[in-house]
Amino acid sequence: MIDFFTTHAPVLTIVVFIFGALLAPVFGRINNSLSYYCALITTALSFVLSVYLLFSVYNNAPLEYLLGGWKPPYGIEYRVDILNSFILSVVSFVSFLSVIYGYGSIKSEIYEKRHPAFYSVYLLFIGGMMGILITNDIFNMYVFLEITSLAGYALIAMGRTRYSYMASFNYLILGSVGATFFLIGIGYLYMQTGTLNLTDLAQRLQGHFDTNVVLVAIAFIVVGLMLKMAVFPLHFWLPDAYTYSPSVISAAMAGTSTKVAAYLLIRLMYTIFGIQAGFSGINFSGIIIVIASITILAGSIIAISQTDLKKMLAFSSIGQIGYILIGTAMVNKYAFAGGLLHILNHAMMKTALFMVAGGFFYKFTSTKINDLKGMGRQMPFASAMFLILSLSMVGIPLTVGFISKWYIILGAAQSGYWIVVPVILLSSLLTAIYFGRVVHNLFFKDSEASNTGILHAKIPYSMVSSTAVLVFLCIFFGVFAYMPVEISLKAAENIIGAMPWK
Amino acid sequence: MEMIQSLTPVYAVLVSLSAIIPIYLSRNNPNLREFWTILAAIVKFIIVLSLIPPLLKGQTVGINLFEILPGISFGFRVDSLGLIFALMASFLWILTSFYSIGYMRSLKEHNQTRYFVCFAGSLSATIGAAFAANLFTMYIFYEALTLFTYPLIAHEETDEAFRGARIYLIYLLGTSIAFLLPAIIGTYLAAGSLEFVNGGLLAATASKGLSSTFLVVLFALFILGIAKAAIMPLHSWLPNAMVAPTPVSALLHAVAVVKMGVFVVLRVVLYVFGIDLMSALGIGTFLAYFASFTILLASIIALRQDNIKARLAYSTISQLSYIVVGVSLLSLSGVKGSILHIVVHAFSKITLFFWAGAMAVGTHKKYVSQLSGIAKKMPVSMAIFTVGALSLIGLPPFSGFLSKWYLLKGSLEAGLVPIAFVFMISSFLNACYFLPIIYIAYFGKISPEDEKDSHIKEAPKMMLVPMCITATMVILIFFFPGIVTSLIDLALNGIF
Repeated sequence: MIDFFTTHAPVLTIVVFIFGALLAPVFGRINNSLSYYCALITTALSFVLSVYLLFSVYNNAPLEYLLGGWKPPYGIEYRVDILNSFILSVVSFVSFLSVIYGYGSIKSEIYEKRHPAFYSVYLLFIGGMMGILITNDIFNMYVFLEITSLAGYALIAMGRTRYSYMASFNYLILGSVGATFFLIGIGYLYMQTGTLNLTDLAQRLQGHFDTNVVLVAIAFIVVGLMLKMAVFPLHFWLPDAYTYSPSVISAAMAGTSTKVAAYLLIRLMYTIFGIQAGFSGINFSGIIIVIASITILAGSIIAISQTDLKKMLAFSSIGQIGYILIGTAMVNKYAFAGGLLHILNHAMMKTALFMVAGGFFYKFTSTKINDLKGMGRQMPFASAMFLILSLSMVGIPLTVGFISKWYIILGAAQSGYWIVVPVILLSSLLTAIYFGRVVHNLFFKDSEASNTGILHAKIPYSMVSSTAVLVFLCIFFGVFAYMPVEISLKAAENIIGAMPWK
Repeated sequence: MEMIQSLTPVYAVLVSLSAIIPIYLSRNNPNLREFWTILAAIVKFIIVLSLIPPLLKGQTVGINLFEILPGISFGFRVDSLGLIFALMASFLWILTSFYSIGYMRSLKEHNQTRYFVCFAGSLSATIGAAFAANLFTMYIFYEALTLFTYPLIAHEETDEAFRGARIYLIYLLGTSIAFLLPAIIGTYLAAGSLEFVNGGLLAATASKGLSSTFLVVLFALFILGIAKAAIMPLHSWLPNAMVAPTPVSALLHAVAVVKMGVFVVLRVVLYVFGIDLMSALGIGTFLAYFASFTILLASIIALRQDNIKARLAYSTISQLSYIVVGVSLLSLSGVKGSILHIVVHAFSKITLFFWAGAMAVGTHKKYVSQLSGIAKKMPVSMAIFTVGALSLIGLPPFSGFLSKWYLLKGSLEAGLVPIAFVFMISSFLNACYFLPIIYIAYFGKISPEDEKDSHIKEAPKMMLVPMCITATMVILIFFFPGIVTSLIDLALNGIF
C-alpha cells in the first residue's frame, strides 16, 4: 500500500484533487458539511504527498514520472525537482490552512446551498496549480493554467458584493488574453521544434534562438505570463479580484496563484531559454530586473493611497511579486534562493494578512481602513497578529520578511546589480508607511460609533487558529531559517547549474 | 579573553519584557501594577550588577543563542562599555519608575497601563543593545526601541502628539532602514561576519584590499543611519518627540534612546572600524568637525527656546555631539571623556528633565518666561536644577567638569586645537541658556497671581526623591570618579 503511494506520488498529488472535486458535490448531496471534510482531507493528503516529494528529491535525484508509461517526447512527463516540490509544498500548505479557515468564514459569506459547488471548484483551482508545478510538458502546463484560471473566475464571482461579478469578468477577459498569449507562444515553439516536452525543447532550441519564430514565442510567453502574474502595468485585474472575492479565496489566491505564474516564468526562463546570454544580444535578465523594480515601487506607492484594507494588501502583493522576479532574474545563487524563499515567506505573510482582514470583515462586514479604528481594543489578538505580520512585511529582523530580503540584497551585491539594493530598501520604507497607517488606526484611534454594526460577536476558532499557525511560522522561520534556506539554496544551485547554455 | 557561557545577559533583557504580562494583567489594580514595574526594575538592576565581578576578573560573559544565517547570529556578550550603559540605564529606570508613578498620578493621565508596558519594553530593548554581541543583534534592539517608544510619544493622543510621534518614527525607522541596514549589509559583504572585535572588525579584513572609498561610504552610511545620535541634519525628531510625558523625555530622550544612538556610534568607531583604520582613512577628524557644527548650532538654537523642554532638547542634541566628537578624536583621553560624558550627561540631563516634570506638575508652567521668582515656592526643585545645569556647563564640583576636562585634553592630544575652542565656546553658550533660568527663578519678581496661588507647591515626594538622588549622583561622580572610570579603563584596555 505504502509502496503504491510512494511510487505514484507525483501523479497522486494531482489525482487527489480531481477525485476530491468530483466527490465534494456528491457528498454534498448527503450532507452539506461532508463536502467540507472532503476538501480538508484532499488538501491535507496533497500536502503530505508534496512534503514527501520534497524530502525525497532533496535527498536523491529529481524524480521523473511517465504518465501511462509513455516515453517523454510522446507522452506526458511529470518531473519533480527541489524547485517545484518546494512550491508544491507551499501551495498545498496554504490551501490546506485556507480550508480550515474557511470553516468559519464560508458559512457567513457564501450561500448554504452553494457550499458543495464551492469546495469542488476550490479543489480544481488548487489542483490546477499543482498540475502546473509538477508537469514537464509545456502544453500540459497551459491546460492546467486554464483549469486553475476558470476555477478562479468562478470563485471570485462567489463573493457577496455586486462588484464581485465585475471583478470576475475583468479577470476573465484579461486572464484569457494572458492564457491565449501563452498558448500562441507554445504554438510557435512547437512550430520550430516539434516537441512539447521541456527537456526535449531545451535541447532542440539550442542554436535556434536567433530565429524570429523563437523570439516571437518568447515575447508572447513572457507577456502572457506577466499578465497572469499581475506585473505592473498588467495588474489591473488583480486588486478587484482580491478585494471582492470571499475572504478564503483572497487568502488562498494571494498565497498561491501569482506565485505559480512566477514559477512558470522562472522555469521557462531557466530551463528552455537562456536567461542571461541565450540569444541575439538581448539582456533578458536586465529587462526583467527593470520591470520588477518598477513593479515593486509602483505596487508599494499605489498601496499607500488605498482606503480599503484588502485593496491595499492586493497592491502590496503586486509589489511583492516583483521581489520574487527580481531575485530569480539575477542569475545568482543567493538572489535566486532569496526569490524562492520569498515565495514561501510572502505566501505565509500575505495569506495570514488576508485572513486577518477576513476576520475584520467577519466581525464588522467592512475592510475600510477608516472603519478599523480602535480595533486594537475590540480584537486585540487579531490586531496583534496584524502588527507582527506588518513588521514581517517591512522586513524587521527575526521575521521571515528579513530573511528573503537579506538574500536578495546579498545576491544583488554579489552579482553587481547595485540598483536593486536601493529599490528594495525604498520599498521597505514604503511598506512601513502603508502598514503603519493601518496599525496606527488599529491601536491609536478610538473606535467610531458607526461600526457598531457587529455581525458576529466572536470569531470562530477555525479562523483564529489557522491564522495563528501562519503568524507563528512567520516568526519561527525568521529565527530558525536554516531549513527553508538550505532547501532553496540547493534548488538554486541545481537550477542555475543546469542552465542550457553552460 | 576567557568566555563564560551564561544566560545572565539574556535574563537581564527578559526581566522587563516578561514583566509586561503581570503589568498588563493587573491593569485594574494600579498599585499592584506599579509594584511589578518596580520589582522588575530592581531585579534587572541586580542582574546587571551581578555581571560586574566576572568582568573585573577579566572574563567575558556571553552566549550565542542561535545562528540565523551563516555569519549572522543572535547573541550577547558583556563587555565593560556595554555594562556601563546597562548599569546606567537600569539604575535610572528604578528612579524613573518611582518618578513616573508620582507624575502620572498627579496629572491623572489616561492609559497608564500602556505607558508602563511600553516603558518596560523599551528598557528591554536598551539592555539588549548594550549587551549585543554583534551588529545584527544590536540592529534588532535598535529597531525594537523605536517601536516601543512610539506609543509613549503618542501618549497624549492629540494631533500634536501624533505628529511628533510620526516624525519620530519616520526619522528613526526611515534612516535605520535606508542607511543603517545597507551599512550592515556592506560590513557583512566586506568582513563576512558582524561580530564586534576589539580593534575593529573591518581593520582585521582591511588587508584584503578593500577600497578606501568603499569604507568611507560605509562609514557615512553608519553615521547617517544612526539618527538616534541626533547629529544634524537628522536631529529634528528629538524636539518633536518632546510632546511625550516628561518621564518619557527624561529616561528615553536623555538616557535610553539618544544614548543608544551614541553608544552605537561608539561601537561602530571602536569595534567595527577600529581606531587605526579610522585614523588611516582620516574620517575621524572629518566626523569631529562635522559634529562640532551640531554642538555649536544646537546650543545657539537652544538660546532662543522659551519652552522648557524644547530648550532641554536642543541642549541634549548639542551634548550628544560632545560624545560623538570625543570618540572621533581617536585619542585616549578623548574616548575616555566621551564614554564618561555618556554617564555624566545622563545623570545631569535626567535631573533637568525631572525638574521640568516637577514644574509641570507643581505649577503647570511650560515656558521659561513664566518661571519668574518661582524659587520662593519651590526651593528644593530649583536647587536640584541648579546642580544639573552647572554640571552641564562644566563647573566643578559637578561631574560635568570631569568629562569636559577629558574631552579638552583629548582634543589637544589629537592636535585639533579648533575642536578645543568649540568645547569652550559651547560651554559659554551652555551657560548662556541655563543661567538665565536660574537667575529669573531666584532673583526675578514673582507675579502676584502666582504669589497667591496655593496650588503652586513642590511636586510630590514620589518625584522629589528620585530628583534628589540623581542630583546627588552628579556631585558624587565628581568626588569619586573611580566608580565609572575604572570600568572605562577596562573597556579601553583592549583598544589602546
